[in-house]
Amino acid sequence: MTFSFLIYKLILVLTVFLVTLFVAMYSTYAERKVAAFLQDRIGPNRAGPFGILQPLADGIKMFMKEEVIPGASNKSLFILGPSLVLLTACMTGAVIPWGAPLIINGTVYPLQIADVNIGILYLFGVISIGVYGIMIGGWASNNKYSLLGAIRASSQMISYEVAMGLSIIALVMTTGTLSLGQIVEQQQGWHWNILVQPLGFFIFFICAFAETNRAPFDLPECETELVGGYHTEYSSMKLGFFLFAEYINMFISSAVIATFYFGGYNMPLIGRFIQNPNHLAILGVLFLFVKILFFIFVFMWVRWTLPRFRYDQLMNLGWKILIPLSIINILITGALMMRKEIIQLFFN
Amino acid sequence: MITSYLFYFLSFLAIMCALMVVFSRNPVHSVLYLVLTFFTIAGHYVLLNAQFLAAVHIIVYAGAIMVLFLFVIMLLNLNKETEPNKSNWLKAIAAIVSGLLLVVLVGSLKGAESVVVTNAFNPNIGLIENLGITLFSDFLLPFEITSILLLVAMVGAVMLGKRSVK
Repeated sequence: MTFSFLIYKLILVLTVFLVTLFVAMYSTYAERKVAAFLQDRIGPNRAGPFGILQPLADGIKMFMKEEVIPGASNKSLFILGPSLVLLTACMTGAVIPWGAPLIINGTVYPLQIADVNIGILYLFGVISIGVYGIMIGGWASNNKYSLLGAIRASSQMISYEVAMGLSIIALVMTTGTLSLGQIVEQQQGWHWNILVQPLGFFIFFICAFAETNRAPFDLPECETELVGGYHTEYSSMKLGFFLFAEYINMFISSAVIATFYFGGYNMPLIGRFIQNPNHLAILGVLFLFVKILFFIFVFMWVRWTLPRFRYDQLMNLGWKILIPLSIINILITGALMMRKEIIQLFFN
Repeated sequence: MITSYLFYFLSFLAIMCALMVVFSRNPVHSVLYLVLTFFTIAGHYVLLNAQFLAAVHIIVYAGAIMVLFLFVIMLLNLNKETEPNKSNWLKAIAAIVSGLLLVVLVGSLKGAESVVVTNAFNPNIGLIENLGITLFSDFLLPFEITSILLLVAMVGAVMLGKRSVK
């Protein structure tokens, strides 16, 4: 715990924070461009070349809008809601290994803020308290549409958390660790977890859509039924926080999916061409971001392709299909891991 | 040194939040203060190097149980107009009962001072590997019985949730 160590961690935290915000900012632009591409339009092209200054223009617009706090609302909780949503969205980046450790002059600089040995549990803790921001915001608005949206959001997030947790249990069984750093280290070369846990990945991926409240699971903000859902009464930058948190969550979920199932910063065959471990580490960060950006694109692709679920369909999918599937996945994983013992039991 | 300061800070926060649970007028505020109390207690677990317990504490209590509490309280829409009348003798009985509970707690804590700790505190016991080994060797039977208990509770919940039992 030297002073330089603290400074290094501080720099790392700031970098991760800024990169997260930057990627989320440009995800809003990417979302509009992808939507335009899928619908055969041009998309934003006025602010700067190809419209790349559009996120800045949106941000300035959000800040300059009049801020309305409804008279009948609970003021302190009304402000607490969006703040909590943004806070919990930013907290998850702390346990994700962004790259292999750098070694400069004999000192090891890990590119991960905290390699705690309960990384996955930390992740789940943050996800499970992420519900509060939406619930508090929706209730404090004192509007029935907001309340209904908040209740939909939280019941959906709680339901899909179960299936998500069960799909991760199968992953923990095969990797034997809860530390995200070790999970990535085990996936060197071609040993990606997707090859071991295809069904688990499938369940986790669906649940990630539900947890981020993205289409086709965007029931909480279903315009045709609930006006705007839990953020109906919000205006100005508080609305911006809610919308922005969705993009941060999308970035973080993509990072988690890449880390859990797609090897994180590992890339097969690259070790044959580049020997210097530091160069490899920096290239690894790039590979991780390529994977993350690909998953962000998939998130958008799905949103602009599939129609929205009905609410009972959503609950049926969560409780009657995904949870049994993930339990079966755990059983199959366990049986495959214990195959020698099982064969001995039956044939001896 | 830092840990003792942290301990006092967390204890102060925990007691303040616990008091606010009781004293706040709005039931939604009470629930949120209770969540904060759980966070401070999780902080204590981290200070004792029991990271697994801290994480599970947050996930189970703050992330699941209190969300359900909040759910119910938000749907009930409790406020001053719908507050049921509490008669004076009910308040008196509540005060006496909780006072007696306080006496019991203080008495048991005073008794705990004289207990001598025989086995040394192992700071690594809260880490997940050691916890898993302990659970699956020394406490295997209680662990399995707990899992059956949870299964029974789950089946019961499904039975109650069904509209009509054939």
